[in-house]
Amino acid sequence: MNSASSDNSFSTATIRKGVAAAWPVCLGYVAVGLAFGVIARKAGLYPLEVGLMSLLVYAGSSQFIAAAMVGSGAGILPVVLTTFIVNLRHLLMSSSLSLHLRQLSGPQTALFAYGITDESFAVNSARFRQGDWDWHDALVVNHLSNIAWVTSTIAGSLLGGFVPNKALGLDYALTAMFICLLIFQVRNSLQAAVALLSGILAVIIALFVPGNYHVIIASFFAATVGLIIRRRKRRREKS
Amino acid sequence: MNIEILIIILGMGAVTYIPRWIPLYLLSRRTLPPWFVEWLDFIPAAILSALILPSILIAGEPRRLAPLTPEFLLAFPTLFVAVKTRSLAKTVLAGMALFWLVQKFSLT
Repeated sequence: MNSASSDNSFSTATIRKGVAAAWPVCLGYVAVGLAFGVIARKAGLYPLEVGLMSLLVYAGSSQFIAAAMVGSGAGILPVVLTTFIVNLRHLLMSSSLSLHLRQLSGPQTALFAYGITDESFAVNSARFRQGDWDWHDALVVNHLSNIAWVTSTIAGSLLGGFVPNKALGLDYALTAMFICLLIFQVRNSLQAAVALLSGILAVIIALFVPGNYHVIIASFFAATVGLIIRRRKRRREKS
Repeated sequence: MNIEILIIILGMGAVTYIPRWIPLYLLSRRTLPPWFVEWLDFIPAAILSALILPSILIAGEPRRLAPLTPEFLLAFPTLFVAVKTRSLAKTVLAGMALFWLVQKFSLT
């Protein structure tokens, strides 16, 4: 793909494709975003600060943790360090997406990287794998999700206690989405075994190790085991 | 706006953005060794599973195993819908509907 011609391909079709793929993420973000706004307001953050945090950080779980820490009077360094650790998992997602985002320019990677979240990663990597998906489509998913997150967190902080919680099963939208996208990713028994190993490891690590290292450690380890098994199997088939 | 909060937000933004950007920037324009591509091929399934399972199986502070929650139990019918329909829309709507029903008819 050459970038000069692809720059002009933000057609209505691309946007429609993006909307069709992004709606479960947006739905989930509205539910979680409203809740975050309410909690952040209670922790003492003003709507402007909530909006700025959502725009600049754009990572749900770390924002919840940060709001709680700010609310209990934690200083700058502990909050920033915790955020760094919680969000390190994006290293793996960014690496994985680089397989599908070949030959982007520096500014293009900089723009795309901003929108990498657990949810956009899940949707985009499933779509890339199915084919008929390029970086424009993926960028539309990133930005629609971003708009949903920023606006709903601000709305939550403005509305405060007026937000109805637990409406329409919205709280389960992202879990159901992840479950389905996991099914899309599991294409053979080795992939299934890696997923199972990773999930169980993540649970064990989360239970016994304080902090938020479990996602990155479990997936790193499980993928490595998967690679070793696949290579060993191939070697055996050759000999 | 409180200056300390502003610094916290800027710091959080920087440390979140860097891990998102560095791998994409470094890896997207070079040829990767085959073993690394194969390793990355396992990452989506591994990450999704590592995100989902703790989020539905662990609750509370301090964290404890909570397998008898709607979050965990409803994962099975949701998984079934996903496997049967292979449709993201149907799975999300089915999951939401089930969760809504269970919340409506329990723990009032």
